Amino acid sequence: MSAALDSIANPEAENPSSLVARFGPDKPLLLDCGVALTPFQIAYQTYGTLNADKSNALLICHALTGDQHVANDHPLTKKSGWWLNMIGPGKVFDTDRFFIICSNVVGACMGTTGPASQNPHGDGVWALDFPVVTIRDMVRAQAMLIDHLGIDTLFCVAGGSMGGMQVLQWAASYPDRVFAAMPIATAPKHSAQNIAFHEVGRQAIMADPLWKAGRYIEAGVRPEKGLAVARMAAHITYLSEPALHRKFGRKLQDRDAPTFSFDADFEVESYLRYQGRSFVERFDANSYLYLTRAMDYFDLAADYDGVLARAFKGTKTRFCVVSFTSDWLFPTSDSRAVVHALNAAGASVSFVEVETDKGHDAFLLDEPVLTATMGGFISSAARARGLVGGAL
Amino acid sequence: MSLAPTGQNATRVDLLLVADMIEKGARVLDVGCGDGALLKTLIDNRGVDARGIELSQAGVNSCVAQGLSVIQGDADTDLDAYPDDSFDYVVLSQTLQATRNPRVVLEQLLRIGHRAIVSFPNFGHWRVRTSLLFGGRMPVTENLTYAWYETPNIHFCTIRDFVDLCDAIGAKIEGGVALNGSGDKVGLQLPWAVWNLFGEQAIFLLSRPR
Repeated sequence: MSAALDSIANPEAENPSSLVARFGPDKPLLLDCGVALTPFQIAYQTYGTLNADKSNALLICHALTGDQHVANDHPLTKKSGWWLNMIGPGKVFDTDRFFIICSNVVGACMGTTGPASQNPHGDGVWALDFPVVTIRDMVRAQAMLIDHLGIDTLFCVAGGSMGGMQVLQWAASYPDRVFAAMPIATAPKHSAQNIAFHEVGRQAIMADPLWKAGRYIEAGVRPEKGLAVARMAAHITYLSEPALHRKFGRKLQDRDAPTFSFDADFEVESYLRYQGRSFVERFDANSYLYLTRAMDYFDLAADYDGVLARAFKGTKTRFCVVSFTSDWLFPTSDSRAVVHALNAAGASVSFVEVETDKGHDAFLLDEPVLTATMGGFISSAARARGLVGGAL
Repeated sequence: MSLAPTGQNATRVDLLLVADMIEKGARVLDVGCGDGALLKTLIDNRGVDARGIELSQAGVNSCVAQGLSVIQGDADTDLDAYPDDSFDYVVLSQTLQATRNPRVVLEQLLRIGHRAIVSFPNFGHWRVRTSLLFGGRMPVTENLTYAWYETPNIHFCTIRDFVDLCDAIGAKIEGGVALNGSGDKVGLQLPWAVWNLFGEQAIFLLSRPR
């Protein structure tokens, strides 16, 4: 790799600051598109200690632009973990009691094999030669990691947004391996509106001349402008109108009057530009294409003759579904569809719609009702699982 | 709805009587389960597999935080999803009068459960009657604390009205209790008319039409 490439390629994609599980030709990842991905690797983080009978493992599934650094400082941005408010000693996901695993999804760019990884069959990175992956593929890969760690049944699988899709897929694909499931701010299928927003993001990336049909890493450039616009558009969908109004209103950015230009006059513009700029430092544009595609393709009922309840037939897993009143990306109606299907399947399910104006992103924030709900559910599930006191 | 849509002061002696009607180890759905008091009693004392539906966020939060399987939902709209015969008992405690369509709700209860247990405030109670007769206003009593313009109780009925509804949908009344204002049972052998006059609350055990 040339010096130019070194500076442009994300070092975390190949040699992550994480634990890595490598799967050779004897253990290919069989993808929904028909390709057997091999060799491949999964980058993951763990917190807490696995108990003797391996019954206290808890898998966290990350969202579209999240990664495995859920409760430690991020190696690139140096910011604290994205769910640090939930994970730690005495917290909802109590590291004194549970062994917490979070892995980077397949197709992402923080160390699990994805379009930014070296293509073993070619000279450079995979780029668009990487096969299209699905939510089910991500979950298959996670199941291989769980096997690799010698864990039979997960005490709990939890996640929000795209992470919640993985939780639902886990419960459907491996019902006997999931004791409790917590799908948060998610949906059993991606809506037309959400696919539309994703398409805007993808087109923004592909319209950037530096995208170079996906071969930008070899060219020593990055489609930063396109990726930033994709992030800006998406970021709006993670918030809510009341939250934007409360935070920014029509306030001007460091000025007393409009400049009669297309400079970022408004605070909200400045904020979005910042969100776009900081995102490109840590995320790969092609990964963004692949992961948004995986979400678009998600339709759990489609795999079960269009009847969502059949995905959960006979399940023994206990579920806790959470939605947020101001989430218009994954509205409560989506969560309610999951709840109705679980009811129809006779599953044990709790469901809370948390009242908040913080939109979809609320699942990442300190929402007392969310914390109390998750805490109560996890504690009672732990009692039912016989996990009392410390992990050991 | 809140724990007791009849009013904040409503005592919940009916919960204990409801619990007494339920066999050990049964599968129970409590519709309008409030803060989960009945579910908790059933699980702790009777080894019941108990689930709940509750409309108020505060109620659901309290239930889920206690580890109860409760969903935020509505008796009028969220019973459809449950398959036939999915529970041994479906309980509707102090909630029937707050539903938009009590007849449909009652039919749903008996579709989902083999038996239904329904408790409700009796609008035929003498206090209610005298309040309307002599006061000329919608009754506000110790157990019915809301003014007419703010009450969630949009479908009050008397014990006789309820018995008529059971007849109309062919539900079989297997048992019943009426409670007076002090929470004591009104004599079992007495005729409906007496229950209807002195029962402040009524609890019925129903089974589905044959």
